[in-house]
Amino acid sequence: MSPRMLYIAFNTFREAVRDRVLYNLIAFALLLSGAAIFVGQISIHIERLVVVNLGLTAVSLFGIVIAIFIGIGLVSKEIEKRTLYTVLSRPVRRWEFIVGKFLGLAGTLIVNTFFMAIGVFGALFYVVHKFSAPDALILVALYFIILEFLIICSLALLFSSFSSPLLSAVFAFSLFVIGSFADDLRGFAALTHGATRWLATAAAYLVPNFSALNVISAVAHQQPLRSQLILQNTLYALFYTAMVLSAAVLIFERRNLK
Amino acid sequence: MSAIEILGLEKTYMVGFWRKRPKSALRPLHLTIEEGEIFGFLGPNGAGKTTTLKMLMGLVFPTAGTARILGREWTDPEVKAQIGFLPEQPYFYDYLTAHELLDYYGQISGVPGKDRKRRVEEMLQRVGLTEVKGMQLRKFSKGMLQRVGIAQAILHNPKLVFFDEPMSGLDPLGRREVRDLIEQLKQEGRTVFFSTHILSDAEALCDRVAIIHKGELRGVGAVADLTSTVQGKVEVIWQGRQIPASMKVLGAECHVTGDTVRAILPENQQDTAIDALRRERIRLIAITPLRTSLEAYFVEKLQHSQTTVGKRS
Repeated sequence: MSPRMLYIAFNTFREAVRDRVLYNLIAFALLLSGAAIFVGQISIHIERLVVVNLGLTAVSLFGIVIAIFIGIGLVSKEIEKRTLYTVLSRPVRRWEFIVGKFLGLAGTLIVNTFFMAIGVFGALFYVVHKFSAPDALILVALYFIILEFLIICSLALLFSSFSSPLLSAVFAFSLFVIGSFADDLRGFAALTHGATRWLATAAAYLVPNFSALNVISAVAHQQPLRSQLILQNTLYALFYTAMVLSAAVLIFERRNLK
Repeated sequence: MSAIEILGLEKTYMVGFWRKRPKSALRPLHLTIEEGEIFGFLGPNGAGKTTTLKMLMGLVFPTAGTARILGREWTDPEVKAQIGFLPEQPYFYDYLTAHELLDYYGQISGVPGKDRKRRVEEMLQRVGLTEVKGMQLRKFSKGMLQRVGIAQAILHNPKLVFFDEPMSGLDPLGRREVRDLIEQLKQEGRTVFFSTHILSDAEALCDRVAIIHKGELRGVGAVADLTSTVQGKVEVIWQGRQIPASMKVLGAECHVTGDTVRAILPENQQDTAIDALRRERIRLIAITPLRTSLEAYFVEKLQHSQTTVGKRS
């Protein structure tokens, strides 16, 4: 891995920290603490279910919002502010810049998720006073959430490489919503015929399959997960991210920085 | 070996939303800059100076043509390790301090760790920012940002430095500092290519200049050649406000400014004029052959191009 890419990644991470992105952790902590106290008072026997569901959903949503709102400005903001000129006039290849930016944002989200995960486990312990074996599955759910972030980061970066921040946000958020219903879309494709079937199937496989990465409900209900799912989801997310990043690089390599 | 060889670089943008039409930003440009010289790229706003620089930096892709920098293809990443660039009105990561920014640029320029630390301190001292090296750039004034810009351009010890309008927006003191720094770079043996529309800076600094207008090269040459002597005229300056009557007989054009008089007269009347001033006991300050200023040459080239365009249309 090129050291220049890592320097760019570190600078992206530093920017996020200095721009107080990690302040979202305070909001998250307040939300979880409030929820834990509230749930402890009103729920009977379903405290764990409510805290795990609420905690993991909050981790996912907070991360998605950060991924989209930082990701959409990663390239366009650098072009608009012309900070890119003094970077690309150095021995930095354009693909190194894109991959470095991606790694920086992904790193920010992983650190953010780590602290939020501590919050989830803390709230869970506060409510049920002990950990049990099925709680380990929360780690799997968190891992899938991180995979989801990788895909969202790459999509936001792709849109940022050719579009304005506003349009990029609309595109990325739309894909997140559609991708969350990817299983339903595939089901719909199976019910149709002819050209519609082709189109629906193509769309279903083109959009990111976030529904496969969402195991929050299963984990909250302590349902077992297929062991192959971890491997399948890992390969799927890495492949999808690599494809989207390649597209971002291809576009950015040809872009005139006026 | 030439520092820069521009071989027909050309840029045409497609403009318009529905019906795209071509708009030429730079017509085929051929230009050679020798090693160790300070080269000024002059032209009014929108002439194509920044487009040329951006193409050389690999920020904008040319429609046609090629270039060689320090003997290599200009797209070669190795070339970029040997060049420095200061964009027009530079903007940097304002969440970083001056020290952090230079360190980051040193990292991505491939300056090794130990050397980088020393170079960053040296550069901060050279541009007079040591005292504020720990301050975030968002608190910097425009002049301070320009100094950071210069420091980042020469941090990695480049052989060739590109400055895009380096004096733009600076106060007289700041302009003077940048001029001194460019002269120092030349003394260190570096080649400096800078674009400007401030002609006095170009006249004071450059070995050679090129004039570009509406994307087309209008003239190129040594400043001394372009500002050649106007045949047969001298400028005589003396102290006081008195204009001897004999001066008018000699056909001198006299202008009184403050406590000095400036007279332009035919060269063959020079001795007679000096005698007349001595007779009147007037203190002579200077006698110099009259030269065309770079500004006059520049205006002439631009007017000529406008006439040509007018005739074409």
